[in-house]
Amino acid sequence: MRTLREDQVELGAVLPELSIELTPTVVVSTALATMDFTPVHHDVEGARAQGSADIFLNILTTMGLVERYVTDWTGPAAVIRRINVKLGVPAYSGDRLLFTGTVTSIASGEITVEVRGKVSLGDHATGTVALVLPARR
Amino acid sequence: MSPDTDRADPGKPGTSTDRDLHELAVKQAALGQVRGAAAVDPVNVPMIRHWLDAMGDTNPVYLDQGIAPPAMAQVWTMQGVRRAAGQHSPVDDVMSALDAVGFTGVVATNCEQVYHRYARLGERLTSAIRFDDLAGPKRTALGEGYFATWTITWHAESGEAVAEMMFRVLKFRPPPRAVPREPYPLRPAVNRDTAFFWDGVRQGELRVQSCADCGELRHPPGPICPHCRSANRAYRIAGGEGTVYSYVVHHHPPVPGREPPFVVAVVALPEGVRIVGGIVDCPPEAVGIGMAVVVTYRQMDDELVLPMWAPREP
Repeated sequence: MRTLREDQVELGAVLPELSIELTPTVVVSTALATMDFTPVHHDVEGARAQGSADIFLNILTTMGLVERYVTDWTGPAAVIRRINVKLGVPAYSGDRLLFTGTVTSIASGEITVEVRGKVSLGDHATGTVALVLPARR
Repeated sequence: MSPDTDRADPGKPGTSTDRDLHELAVKQAALGQVRGAAAVDPVNVPMIRHWLDAMGDTNPVYLDQGIAPPAMAQVWTMQGVRRAAGQHSPVDDVMSALDAVGFTGVVATNCEQVYHRYARLGERLTSAIRFDDLAGPKRTALGEGYFATWTITWHAESGEAVAEMMFRVLKFRPPPRAVPREPYPLRPAVNRDTAFFWDGVRQGELRVQSCADCGELRHPPGPICPHCRSANRAYRIAGGEGTVYSYVVHHHPPVPGREPPFVVAVVALPEGVRIVGGIVDCPPEAVGIGMAVVVTYRQMDDELVLPMWAPREP
């Protein structure tokens, strides 16, 4: 399986985009897989009663998807050190979440990827993922 | 400071409620790390597999090497559908105190996770929570609010920290939401002949149709001047005063949206036309022919304004 080594990553490298269709199934299955049973993540009526447009992604899933987005690109040998996310607009069911990313720093073996997850309302999550890749063979 | 003053403006910097909130925050922060219960389940394959499947994550490293995806850290200590009673953290008191003074809205703003190492299959993690900081009050797009920050650390049985998370939420006072009024059931028929009249009412003008050719006033509005038969129309703004020309006191049958008895009058305007409208602000028995009235504009619901007539001060 393809996996990146440290010397294969250049500053400014652009990650392939990842677009995720936020079907109700995605929103609900991820909420349950993260053990988050707050009604706004699975109950449309409950979410609307609280003033939300629909059910929306929970934060544990946002973190999980950011992680997945970056490791989709690095391959399995990466070790994730940190994920910092600034949370923006909700990612509602029925919307589409588009991840983009750029390598913004490579310093003493640690690579930082700036990640942006956009939905139709704007930025859902922006932040950085710091990771370590295996050194050159 | 009196409790009333606090309630009126609980978030003002320097008020006793603001001081109370900050004092509580300092007290909670001083508690340091407070340990929670250990995870119900050890790090296990079914939950990892389920998580990877839901995320669409095909990274094989986790199941190949028996390690958990690092972003799953919090999942292991999540409470189930039926929250365990008695689980109390230093954050809860701050949140309750904010709720109690009207900062009931909550939105997460930052989530920063550090993974010291990946958790391994079979490890049973325990979370510990530390209240860090309360900042505010601040004006935000969602309303006035406080930023509360805390840190959760997940420890292995040995006590070694496996992962930690800084989490920040904005607790805000939701702006008062306008409660939509029940729509008034009786709606005037608005058409191209009468729209000018209702447009006027919304602006607080009593518009009377006039013939653009001979100048004759007519009410109710119509397409043709009964005097010169011109179809050219204009309007004049009436002064808003009148006298009761005739009236009825309506007792029965019931009319939706109205409480009987009520008075409907034909009001003669000094401009020379008569107009039908309800008489308000006086009991039905006080209404009489020749009574001096003045127009008043009543907001019947979120959209509809109706002109009505009230007794004119002598």
